[in-house]
Amino acid sequence: MENVLKKMSFLIQAENLSVSRQNKNILENVSLNIKKKDFITIIGPNGAGKSVLLDCLMGSFIPDSGKIIKKSNLSIGYIPQNFIPENSMPISVERFLKLNKKFSTSELINLSKETNITDILKKNLSNLSGGELQKVLLTRSLLDEPELLILDEPAQNLDIKNQLNFYNLLNSIYKNRNLSILMVSHDLHMVMSSTKQVVCLYHHVCCSGEPQTVAKDPEFISLFGNDMAEMMSVYQHTHNHSHKEILND
Amino acid sequence: MIESFLIRAIIAGIGVAIIAGAIGCFVVWRKMAYFGDSLAHSALLGVALGLVLGISTNIGTIIICSFFTIILIWLQQKKILATDTLLGILAHSALSVGMVVLSLLDRSVDLHSYLFGDILAVNSLEIYFIIFGGIFVLIFLYFNWASFVLMTIDEKLARAEGINVLVNQLLIMLLMTIVVAVSFKIVGLLLITSLLIIPAASARQLAYSPEIMAIISSALAVFAVIIGIFSSLYLDTPSGPSIVVASALIFVTISLLSFIVKTK
Repeated sequence: MENVLKKMSFLIQAENLSVSRQNKNILENVSLNIKKKDFITIIGPNGAGKSVLLDCLMGSFIPDSGKIIKKSNLSIGYIPQNFIPENSMPISVERFLKLNKKFSTSELINLSKETNITDILKKNLSNLSGGELQKVLLTRSLLDEPELLILDEPAQNLDIKNQLNFYNLLNSIYKNRNLSILMVSHDLHMVMSSTKQVVCLYHHVCCSGEPQTVAKDPEFISLFGNDMAEMMSVYQHTHNHSHKEILND
Repeated sequence: MIESFLIRAIIAGIGVAIIAGAIGCFVVWRKMAYFGDSLAHSALLGVALGLVLGISTNIGTIIICSFFTIILIWLQQKKILATDTLLGILAHSALSVGMVVLSLLDRSVDLHSYLFGDILAVNSLEIYFIIFGGIFVLIFLYFNWASFVLMTIDEKLARAEGINVLVNQLLIMLLMTIVVAVSFKIVGLLLITSLLIIPAASARQLAYSPEIMAIISSALAVFAVIIGIFSSLYLDTPSGPSIVVASALIFVTISLLSFIVKTK
């Protein structure tokens, strides 16, 4: 099986994951494959089981049934949801990045330049703005040179401008590095423009595929309503027009 | 010529202050003040257990407080009641059972010294408990420091990076148990929480990293304990409250100074 995985360049292969709590099905037979250089976004209403699915894939939660096969020694970088550090602990960005991590100063400097946090390395973690915090988390997740980056609603608390900045940064990291991205996100404009694959989750996988295909799927429309589906196609539409050059290169 | 009881008091006080100051940072960071208070309340049942079984009250306290922690975590996992409700039920029940058992005992017990501390009456056995308990706590803190701090900043991040959050959470609670068990003779059961949080809260205003905060917190706690011991000795005031008053004065002074520095 390991050999097959290597040939297929799978990072994670999850088959028929099911989780139920207090007689409620949180996940029902969810299967998801993550390959090299994938950029997958999971969308779905609140309480659809998105975070539980991420926990299962990362191994911090064991599903009631189903199988998860991971590439051996798969290194995963993770950005949690709702990261808000308390002011009661004084800690600089640099110290936070170094907690439980081993890397050289030059690695840190290079990476900080890439993620544009050189100026805030000495700042106190709890004094950062939402946009700065996400960049710091992204930096930390990249320190081990992960093959897979898992992000749980990374731009949830950001305003539109910071959302765009963050997603641009994420895009450039995806382009420049040999890594796959699995993200939970509600930011449809981002989902439409960058993601290669959308997985629509509502306890089970309703539909998955390229963003424009998913937007036309009846199950997607019944789950999110016509407005949402139209919005998705509008995003796609506008995008093709305004950024044609970028898309083509 | 310094009296030997005074030397014992100073050694015991410094030992307790160092570990209480360091663990106190986690109490402040993780908002465990009420847990610390509850642990201290339940320690009275530990004292009763120690006296009934004829073992050391320190050991009785460690047994009861560990038991308390395990029951609390077990009830927390059930998610039926909020943590502060559970703590209230457990702590006050344990305190009351402790009181009832102590009053049923055939001998007279100096309740006042358990509740408010009597540092000048510390004996050699208790000093050994403080030293060994203290070394144990410091070693655990040292080797788990980064994991503890990371977990305190964000549990999900820590879990994703391979830290067993539940085990580490239990470890911190166990370390607090030891601190409570070795320090109730110094400041008293009712005032242990203040020795945990006031020095840490003072240190927060001076520190720029978690490590420095823990070191400053320990140093401030030592300072407060020494002032407390001497004022207790010369003014004939109870030792626990004297230490807490010293600690509170330090907090107020540092707060005022840092306010003045910031507004300048």
